[in-house]
Amino acid sequence: MKTPIGSQVHPDRAEFFAGALNELPLLLGVFPFGMIYGVLAMQALMPAAAAQGMSAIVFAGSSQFISAQLLAQGAPSLVLIGTVFIVNLRHALYSASLLPYTRHLSLKWKALLAYFLTDEAYVVAIAHYDTDTPVERKHWYFLGAGVTLWAGWQLSTAAGIFLGAQVPASWSLDFALALTFIALVVPALKDKPAVAAAITAGLIALAAHALPYKLWLIAAAIGGILAGLACEELCRRSG
Amino acid sequence: MQTIWLTLAAAGLLTYLTRLSFMGLLQHWQMPDMLRRALRFVPPAVLSAIIFPDLLLREGVLAFSLDNYRLLAGVAAALVGWRTRNILWTIASGMAVLYLLQWLSVSL
Repeated sequence: MKTPIGSQVHPDRAEFFAGALNELPLLLGVFPFGMIYGVLAMQALMPAAAAQGMSAIVFAGSSQFISAQLLAQGAPSLVLIGTVFIVNLRHALYSASLLPYTRHLSLKWKALLAYFLTDEAYVVAIAHYDTDTPVERKHWYFLGAGVTLWAGWQLSTAAGIFLGAQVPASWSLDFALALTFIALVVPALKDKPAVAAAITAGLIALAAHALPYKLWLIAAAIGGILAGLACEELCRRSG
Repeated sequence: MQTIWLTLAAAGLLTYLTRLSFMGLLQHWQMPDMLRRALRFVPPAVLSAIIFPDLLLREGVLAFSLDNYRLLAGVAAALVGWRTRNILWTIASGMAVLYLLQWLSVSL
């Protein structure tokens, strides 16, 4: 189906704007999250440029929260880098699930989309990919969702940095981090092995919290993953 | 000052490569079955490793008691999250319970 140029919005552009539009409702949750990150980064005495820079360079909310916390506790750089890596490792799952839909794209496109592969952009993009319509233009939809999320994240970070000093610690804003993760972990507890992974990791984190170098998160994550695998193996043998 | 930028660059690069991994770099790599199964446990393990100390430790000491308001608020939020499956409601209810308990303890 060909339409004369100018008579209609280009289909690529239409996809882009549809993705942007469907990302908008998620910004409702992202905006307070970004502001809280900005405030916490200021309370952790991060330089404002670095706090904003992290939102552009790392662009992954939960790992940025943890980094602000670790910086406040004086963790070494290598531990901070390792922790960010572990916390963001779930993005590899997203990457794997997008593989069948992005196979036809150039490496340039894949490299671009990978930068926007965050939780909130993935959720919107995969919902569109999972529909029965042809896949050829859907990367524009993904890009629209990603760019919209990116803009929202940068703006909300800036707002949080701006407010930073004026928000007293007694407001317990850092608690929003734990609450966000509770909201994310509950749906992930689908079966016994997942529960075993969660409980083991939590207990190791408690026991190892006093260890030097703030390695507790890395230790707990590895322990939890192993517990999940072990439990799965046991279930398979017994069942 | 310079260390922080190097740290951010390294953390950002690792995050980016993780995102590009299966989509771009490892398309033709047959992932070992063990690794594929392990990846599924990353979110529950990492998230609980962050949640448990936040709720249960106060200044580095285990605080398993009724005057630990973060623990009570966290449990309330988990129940709301389980019923509603909604992130905003979960956060809002947890903060509300925390503020309510803090306010009660001051005014009673």
